[in-house]
Amino acid sequence: MKKAILGLIGLGLLGGAVNVMASPESDRQEMIKYYTTKYPNIKIDDYVYGALAFDADSKAQYDAIMEFPPYESVLEKGKKMWETPLKSGKTYADCLPNGGKNIAGNYPYFDEKAGKVVTLIDAINACRVANGEQAYKPGDKATTGTLTAYMRTLSDGMLMNIKVEGPKALDAYEDGKKTFFSRAGQLNFSCATCHVQNAGVRLRSELISPAVGHTVHWPVFRGGDNLVELQTRYVGCFKSVRHISAPAGSEKLNNLEYFHSYLSNGLPMKASVFRK
Amino acid sequence: MNALRRNVLKGATGAGAVAVAVAAGLITPARVLAATPRSAFDAKGMADTMKAMGLAAPADSKDITIKAPDIAENGAVVPVEVTSSIAGTSGIAILAEKNASPLVADFSFQGGAQGFISTRIKMANTSLVRAVVTAGGKTYTAAKEVKVTIGGCGG
Amino acid sequence: MAEPMKIRATMQGDVADVKVLMNHPMETGLRKDAKTGQMVPAHHINTVTAKINGNTVLEGNMAGGVSKNPYLGFKVKGAKSGDTVEVSWVDNKGDKRTDTAKIA
Repeated sequence: MKKAILGLIGLGLLGGAVNVMASPESDRQEMIKYYTTKYPNIKIDDYVYGALAFDADSKAQYDAIMEFPPYESVLEKGKKMWETPLKSGKTYADCLPNGGKNIAGNYPYFDEKAGKVVTLIDAINACRVANGEQAYKPGDKATTGTLTAYMRTLSDGMLMNIKVEGPKALDAYEDGKKTFFSRAGQLNFSCATCHVQNAGVRLRSELISPAVGHTVHWPVFRGGDNLVELQTRYVGCFKSVRHISAPAGSEKLNNLEYFHSYLSNGLPMKASVFRK
Repeated sequence: MNALRRNVLKGATGAGAVAVAVAAGLITPARVLAATPRSAFDAKGMADTMKAMGLAAPADSKDITIKAPDIAENGAVVPVEVTSSIAGTSGIAILAEKNASPLVADFSFQGGAQGFISTRIKMANTSLVRAVVTAGGKTYTAAKEVKVTIGGCGG
Repeated sequence: MAEPMKIRATMQGDVADVKVLMNHPMETGLRKDAKTGQMVPAHHINTVTAKINGNTVLEGNMAGGVSKNPYLGFKVKGAKSGDTVEVSWVDNKGDKRTDTAKIA
């Protein structure tokens, strides 16, 4: 109870501080400073492990499972999808930059011409449509999920490198930031309530993960081989606070992913990973 | 450790039943581990399982190391690693005591295989994970408590 | 047709460290299908055997209590780099699978 109250005070302070029009980079630095001040013993590089960074017992289980992850056959399916030519005869590697390797950390980016945020899934869908195929539905495990789970392994270790350049890009970033800090739902929680003010704290039996480091490791395989995409997780999070979420692939969640991803700039991609 | 002692006390009646069965000549203490009858995997509860495995109350051993989490991240995939430094270890069985059918798997070693097994098991409830080791015709045991919580988060 | 296993074997000193990932649903028979409400019938691996250069080193029995897509790690002394590891399983429906790998 005491912790919860402290958390609420924290929210007010931090919310106030970040609401001042600041640059994305100062937002990121401020967020990291907040975590490292609270948890001086945890290196920011370990935030890519999420809540596992705060609990050695959980991290040991993660390591044991990652030795030979149960979802390997899903990645193989994704590899086949990746290598199968599209209707035009071209492959994904032909239409994505750098043959699709070491690029996942550049997404989402802001497309000036289109005037909107483009996620990796949007880029894959653009590639599909340009080559005579239908777009996949964002959040669909069997298609976008399986394909990106493999595709992101080609960027394993790449440092997250999100750019916010120009006023329109900044608007999209600020919109995502607003979603992140806005309280919503019956429980009146924001993303930040849990993943900033209460990161590293237990919510009942659950350790809460920090927002920095979140976006480097999606999709995750929960409980072994149940694939969950980042925006599907957003929808799940909103549902948990009894809020009706915008759907996966919507502008609102794309902007949220843009802001959220910026927070992990400089951290290495971890693809793909087990989570409980 | 305390959890183990509590369990041994709690299991006393069960062990008694096994002892009676041994005395009555219903089961024999010495056995070949690889020949674990299939019925042992369907047996409910620890007492019946041990009976079906043909095991008399095995001796506690500090030479068995069980590497398993204190709190399972997910009860569907609990990494368990058992190492036996007892000379002549020929078999390791893994049991999750509170599972509907406690016997999860058993392994027998030959031809240079070490007294070591690493696997992942399902656990329905917080319970002791027990390893039963066969070495030189005798059986030894150790246990470690693993807490299982119903979790929802993960990211 | 069962999907192939993945086998990784490396030498750690004079001991071969073998890791195997099998592809199997490992249904206990105690689970209800969320969509149909029907019990999902038991479907799990019953026995596992591992051989090195044709000699049996490990025999295992298992049931639905082993996690989906079972993982097994074991260690064999006296094996050497280049030896062949062969792993086989048979499930309760009689389906089976054998795969091999060389020790690295």
